Amino acid sequence: MADADEQERLRRRRMRSIAIGLALAVLVILFYAATIVRLGGNVLNRPL
Amino acid sequence: MAELGGRAIRPAQAIGGSVGDYVALMKPRVMSLVIFTALVGMVVAPGHLHPVLALIALVSIAVGAGAAGVLNMWYDADIDALMQRTAGRPIPRGHVTPEEAAVFGIVLAAGSVTTLGLLVNWTAGALLALTIAFYVLIYTMWLKRRTPQNIVIGGAAGAFPPMIGWAAVTGTISIESLVLFAIIFMWTPPHFWALSLYRARDYQRAGVPMLPVIAGADETRKQILIYSVLLVPITLVPAAIHLGGTVYAVVSAVLGAAFLALALVVYRTREGRDADRAAKRLFTFSLFYLFALFATLLIERSLALWIG
Repeated sequence: MADADEQERLRRRRMRSIAIGLALAVLVILFYAATIVRLGGNVLNRPL
Repeated sequence: MAELGGRAIRPAQAIGGSVGDYVALMKPRVMSLVIFTALVGMVVAPGHLHPVLALIALVSIAVGAGAAGVLNMWYDADIDALMQRTAGRPIPRGHVTPEEAAVFGIVLAAGSVTTLGLLVNWTAGALLALTIAFYVLIYTMWLKRRTPQNIVIGGAAGAFPPMIGWAAVTGTISIESLVLFAIIFMWTPPHFWALSLYRARDYQRAGVPMLPVIAGADETRKQILIYSVLLVPITLVPAAIHLGGTVYAVVSAVLGAAFLALALVVYRTREGRDADRAAKRLFTFSLFYLFALFATLLIERSLALWIG
């Protein structure tokens, strides 16, 4: 029984880690997309 | 057997919560209603918001609402364990510890407000922070266990999302968004009191001072009727200030009349199973009512934008 518990604990921890990873990836994509949308073509309009 | 007994008391605490437990903490059903009303606020608002920013705003508002749900379940775990409706939530069941829930809620709250403020605008971000603070500090921690008016003031938290959606587009608070706020604000008391009429024993056991527990079922029926009479005229205002069109005027008038009729049935039917049935019917209809009003605003404005 203890082994089964340990396996279940590891499985849940792995799933939580994957969920956190996905959430962080989504956050990165959102910030990147918002930056592109807000700056748009103005990125090119800067003194070089 | 000893091991089995130990497992029965703290079934999964040592194992840790599943992803599904954490999703349940965020009250996904409440979140879906919040997403919907915030979307309506965004669509009916004058002006333009880039679709990507609109999506970010919706996600932030949804996660902010989720954070409020998590912190509510963290603080209320003791009374949730006593009520049939809430005993299966992740903390009373031992799937998630209160500390884990508190940290989860705080991270979500800070993250959603920061994201909305930085990427969309700070009026919307500040309103989202206010909503979470209102729900957690004023409703959950202060009023819920102290006064039978808990639902009246607490309803404000649920009424903010369309205002946040409106602010995401316009960057301001205006009379139109306050009207949307007022509709949900006035709708909440009759909606929840209808539920509490047939769940009074649950609230009594948990010591939550819901109106039927404190003032009795008849007083609750009277208050439901009073709030319904106040609510229906407010739902007609969007048509008057051109937030909604002819279709909205008709829908809000017809459904408003039906709502009043059901509230009157609840007021008059006071005994036995029929009384419970009347309260359940009003509760179910009230959900449809709010959904239909906002859906009509959404569809009418979307069609107008489409056709030009």
